[in-house]
Amino acid sequence: MPVMNVRQAINETLHQEMERDENVIVLGEDVSGGAGTPSGEREAIGGIWGTTGGLLPKFGEKRVIDTPITESAIIGAAAGASLVGKRAVAELMFADFIGVCMDQLFNQIAKFRYMFGGKAKCPVVVRLIYGAGMNSAAQHSQALYNMLTAVPGLKVVTPTNAADAKGLLTTAIRDDDPVMFFEHKALYTKKCEVPEGEYLVPFGEAQLLRQGDDVSVVAIGRMAYFAEKAVDALAEQGIGCDLIEPRTLSPLDEDSIIDSVEKTGRLVVVDESPPRCSIASDLAGIVAGKAFSSLKAPIEMVTAPHTPIPFARELERAYLPGPDKISAAISKAAGYR
Amino acid sequence: MEKQDLLRVYRSMKTIREFEERLHLEIQTGEIAGFTHLYSGQEASAVGVCDALSKDDYIVSTHRGHGHCIAKGCDVKGMMLEIYGRAGGLCKGKGGSMHIADFDVGMMGANAIVGGGPPLAVGAAIAAGIDGNGNVAVAFGGDGSSNQGTVFEAMNLAVVLKAPALFVFENNGYGEHTGDEYAVGAESIQARSAAFGMLSLAADGNDFFDVYEKTAQALEHARAGRGPVSLELQTQRYFGHFEGDPQKYRAAGEVEKARQEDDCLLRFRARVTGDGSLTEAELDAVDAEVLALIDEAVAEARQAPAPTPDDVLTDVYVSY
Ligand SMILES: Cc1ncc(C[n+]2csc(CCOP(=O)(O)OP(=O)(O)O)c2C)c(N)n1
Ligand SMILES: [Mg+2]
Repeated sequence: MPVMNVRQAINETLHQEMERDENVIVLGEDVSGGAGTPSGEREAIGGIWGTTGGLLPKFGEKRVIDTPITESAIIGAAAGASLVGKRAVAELMFADFIGVCMDQLFNQIAKFRYMFGGKAKCPVVVRLIYGAGMNSAAQHSQALYNMLTAVPGLKVVTPTNAADAKGLLTTAIRDDDPVMFFEHKALYTKKCEVPEGEYLVPFGEAQLLRQGDDVSVVAIGRMAYFAEKAVDALAEQGIGCDLIEPRTLSPLDEDSIIDSVEKTGRLVVVDESPPRCSIASDLAGIVAGKAFSSLKAPIEMVTAPHTPIPFARELERAYLPGPDKISAAISKAAGYR
Repeated sequence: MEKQDLLRVYRSMKTIREFEERLHLEIQTGEIAGFTHLYSGQEASAVGVCDALSKDDYIVSTHRGHGHCIAKGCDVKGMMLEIYGRAGGLCKGKGGSMHIADFDVGMMGANAIVGGGPPLAVGAAIAAGIDGNGNVAVAFGGDGSSNQGTVFEAMNLAVVLKAPALFVFENNGYGEHTGDEYAVGAESIQARSAAFGMLSLAADGNDFFDVYEKTAQALEHARAGRGPVSLELQTQRYFGHFEGDPQKYRAAGEVEKARQEDDCLLRFRARVTGDGSLTEAELDAVDAEVLALIDEAVAEARQAPAPTPDDVLTDVYVSY
């Protein structure tokens, strides 16, 4: 199997799906770049994250659309095109920009099918680049998947490695519902083996990254890597953990989480967002409700604090959950009597 | 303009230039974190506008905000500390390059959301109108930002309310990697602004005097209660969109040519020495002062203490 990073896997998937289905279109700011510039060189950038490179020369300007800076219209247009037969893949260069186009996301896209009594279908994919760790400060670093997971009608996906990026993006593009596809900017260079050719990962199936009997750890997105470190270190000290990475937040693989907690009786959830109304608090609520009698310890949440994201290195480091905080939470849960 | 005014203007433009050219070098050492968008090349725009303002007027800025901050009177050392992420920075290291603010000098904040600022400026203009203090609020933005829905809404609202707002569009030809020729659907930003029903001006953004005069005209209009004004400035940026940009969208030799033939500082120098208002020696003396200031600012920023982890939790609310 070829080894590639997340960036390459996403690029390959876009190429494959555009080739397979001529209704797939891509739009966003600088997805190709160079339009109306002195050099006249299209493909001046291929997406500022490098994920949409090579699409324009291959599929042309009609299907690979560079837009002005206009997020409401990007998302609205992607939705409108998808309502009438296209499968639009729109890029929001930074997930934070949902602030600009929130109406199109949650009043429009999320609700068509239901409001219209099942008559509409909007197979749009919105790719949202998210996450802290690059000192991009308060307006370019947020992990906002919780906000969109809260909205009925949207599916929410958070791949963490190149194989899942490919498999989940393929599923997202072929899915007939709107999918919010969150790509963590600090994970783009993570490499792994990726199956060749057609590869789909179904929604609603978590992956079990580590197995153990003492504590269940559920970690979202990039936090799965930090949790792996913590879990591996604790394994050497004799604390065994199930480490579950949900892969999709909506739909959510509740069964895998509940089954694990029924075995261990202890749960630690790790989430990059602030704690209130987060995926962490959501999972804690679900487990408290559905596995109450199995719990032997209070549920531990490891999250960012209830603050915006600071700029300075020292502050951002303190802001983010990391292996140390995760480790401490696991030890606390494991030691509770 | 009086001699001391010309010297102040030159000092301000030169300070921006040296600040940015120096940052361009310092960023390569890896010491400065995050995204930095440099303003070099556009100095006459920021200073031409801000020198016509009073301290009590407001500005809102953009991701490319260092020039606006300096021109409005933000402390240069405080800015450098902020960009280095130091505790003593203008925003305690919490904001960084894209979020410098100093309300004491009417600088309402740089903004990393393109199009985030203009509605805020309209709000400040509305408040000034209520208070009847004659203040004007300026929204700086780029050619790219001019296409954002929030900007259209802000412009229309300002027209409807006759708010004393000035929308300055610095057209440097690019929004990231895309040309204004492509992204601005109208004939020009000036023409489109006019269609909103406001006085719509344009100036050579590399000519301090042209920018200053058009701004003065705009301010007179706005302060007289005749409503908002739009000002499109043709200018150029010397560095990439952000530091590290491969800049494949440029024409060959574009920046070199601009630096040699259309540089706002060189043009200012030529004009004021040509008409005898200032001497080369007087300007050189300003250059030396500015260089020393920037050297000091960098040296101090390097040494300055970082914020402590506990600082993450402060400043979220006034009280909670
Ligand atoms: C809402 C939003 N969309 C996109 C971006 C990403 N972005 C940052 S700067 C920029 C280009 C802005 O162009 P322009 O307004 O011309 O300003 P310039 O960079 O030329 O100063 C873009 C697309 C953003 N920060 N915010
Ligand atoms: Mg521009």
